[in-house]
Amino acid sequence: MANHTHAPAPLGGSLFTPFTLLLGTLSAIAGVILLYRLFYGLGAVTNLNDGYPWGIWIAYDVVVGSAFACGGYAMALLVYIFNKGQYHPLVRPALLASLFGYTLAGASVIFDLGRWWNFWHIFWPGYAQVNSVMFEVAVCISAYIVVMWIEFAPAFLEKWGLKDVRQKLNKLLFFFIALGVLLPSMHQSSLGSLLVIFGEQIHPLWQSGMLLPLIYLMTAILLGFAVVIFEATLSSTGFRRQLETPVLAPLAKLMYGLLAAYVVVRVLDLLLRGALGSAFAATWQAFWFWVEMACFVVPLATLATDRARRSAGRLFAGAVLLMLGGFLLRINGFLVGYMTGEGWHYFPSLAELMVTVGLIAFEILAYIYIVRNYPVLPAAQPATR
Amino acid sequence: MDRRTFFKASLAGGTALAAGAASCPAQARETHPMPPEAVGLLFDSVLCVGCKACVAACKQANGMPMEFSTKDQYWDTPLDISGKTLNVIKAYRNGNMEAKDREENGFAFIKKSCMHCVDPSCVSACPVSAMQKDAKTGVVTYDKDACIGCRYCVAACPFGVPRFTYDSPTPQISKCQLCIHRHKDGKYAACAEVCPTGATLYGKVSVLREEAKRRLALKPGEKTEFPRGHLRAAEEKALRGAPEGKGEQRRQGWQDDGAQRYPGVAGQYLQHVYGEKEFGGTQMLMLSGVSFQKLGYPDLPPRSDAATSETLQHTLYGGLIAPIAVLGALTFIARRNVKHEDGEGGQNG
Repeated sequence: MANHTHAPAPLGGSLFTPFTLLLGTLSAIAGVILLYRLFYGLGAVTNLNDGYPWGIWIAYDVVVGSAFACGGYAMALLVYIFNKGQYHPLVRPALLASLFGYTLAGASVIFDLGRWWNFWHIFWPGYAQVNSVMFEVAVCISAYIVVMWIEFAPAFLEKWGLKDVRQKLNKLLFFFIALGVLLPSMHQSSLGSLLVIFGEQIHPLWQSGMLLPLIYLMTAILLGFAVVIFEATLSSTGFRRQLETPVLAPLAKLMYGLLAAYVVVRVLDLLLRGALGSAFAATWQAFWFWVEMACFVVPLATLATDRARRSAGRLFAGAVLLMLGGFLLRINGFLVGYMTGEGWHYFPSLAELMVTVGLIAFEILAYIYIVRNYPVLPAAQPATR
Repeated sequence: MDRRTFFKASLAGGTALAAGAASCPAQARETHPMPPEAVGLLFDSVLCVGCKACVAACKQANGMPMEFSTKDQYWDTPLDISGKTLNVIKAYRNGNMEAKDREENGFAFIKKSCMHCVDPSCVSACPVSAMQKDAKTGVVTYDKDACIGCRYCVAACPFGVPRFTYDSPTPQISKCQLCIHRHKDGKYAACAEVCPTGATLYGKVSVLREEAKRRLALKPGEKTEFPRGHLRAAEEKALRGAPEGKGEQRRQGWQDDGAQRYPGVAGQYLQHVYGEKEFGGTQMLMLSGVSFQKLGYPDLPPRSDAATSETLQHTLYGGLIAPIAVLGALTFIARRNVKHEDGEGGQNG
């Protein structure tokens, strides 16, 4: 079953390149801004206001960022639950990207919390308020971060030569893998449920009510597949390795099926709620809705055949479009379609943007460091140099 | 083999999901009812003269700072509720503004402060119980020592009430708490206490609702009396007036004089008590001659968003039944598949 011809191995190579130095600089800028925020408050660095109490640090860093970090979840679902062993080589790199995506999303939330020193209240009986969707999201994401570190531990244990610890962990790993599938299913759907209580403050194009969890869950898995294709393509180009297209093409087929199902659910929901009419109004919301839908519908056409899915270029373009679609669905729901009354405006400040950029830079930097030093990517012959 | 496992996995997951969905009717969460002793405010836009005494009194009673919106910072001029202002009076105006309480070519005043919803979104949204609804009085309170500053309450409130002090490194939520800190001294909401015309009236919601209905039944121009301050139920007043009712004042903890009355003339009202049905009801009720949407209040359905949100959460997570069932199924499947790999002696992680 599993394609184990190439066991994971460290890539090696230098950590200091112009690219990593750029990433380091961007991370440092974000760090300085965050420090400033701690001393002078959210208002000093963000454009947040009472009409838009949530900005990109929530809508992008957490809601989009964690969805982009669903590669590990989607791969674990495929390999360990649906027993598709041929995708096994994709698990570790995907899990690593997820690990960083989630850990940093979780860490960045702390800086968005106004009263961050109280954050532990969420986990504390007496404070914890279990009816809150936010409670579910926070607890579930935190638990998943811990689970992912445990799931990824074998890579570290291999490197450090801790054989017996690794063997003991291996015996229990199936349970953490199960948790690692359950927890993202819960909080990725709940990220959609967050919008339910906003009621009519969310534009009808995105206020899907009881279907929000399904819509967010389906797109999270979809994004997981897309991100794996995206990252596999980028890391084979970036690290000059052979492209994993033979594994990616069948993966794309599964992704395609899910995409078709998602588009049907999304359109049916809009039709049944009678919300589709508002897509033809001359509003920004309608405009961004069509852009979002195009990002899902175009890959439906370009990735329709097996042949198309074997084309690395098409596959990459399709994955990028799906990521953009998932990004827009979330940004539209949380910001573009959030209507809180006249007179409120929000566009992220430069400082806010730089924090988000720095966060992404740090994620990539950490990813590069780990794959160069720990066994993550399948050992493979380098492609022609 | 592969396909069989695939089906098994799908089946187990589906069964677990169905189990969760089946518990749905039991988990449905209705909109909460009004606490019987609920207290609140009745705001009558027709009686309001726009003097803003309530804005000043609110600031004083709650120790809130001044807020400036004019170039020369001569006096407290808040434009809206904010981190520094819990209550404002706003003006509606249209055309030449020649008549009060008229939608066209008219003007009107409207109060903006916490509605003290019967089933508040902020309380349901808050992950750390910083927002609470008092079981007896129904007052929606805020505890900054519990708050993590996530601002889900700010985003969730359909009235845009909870506000946040973004400019502080130790920020907090600001919202009207109906002067509960004054209750122990036998005092009531400062805005109602100082209102010269009784446009803002404090009392039990049941009593306020009766008063609102009485006003709506009056013919415009008809002579009547308007209460001012703290409106009490007839039987409470009777007890207080009776010789044996002497102790009643102490028993109820009243330090104030209760409602004063003055003669007046009924205005032209819309036949609508805003807050009676909206969003499952609010403990601030409002009367007006101008449509509430024109005054900045949303047209809300009778079902609260908190009820919808919690129905969803309880359906999926009630008693953790569905998550545990799904986890069981996943563990079973994962164990089988991981073992399978080990059997082939592969490197896996």
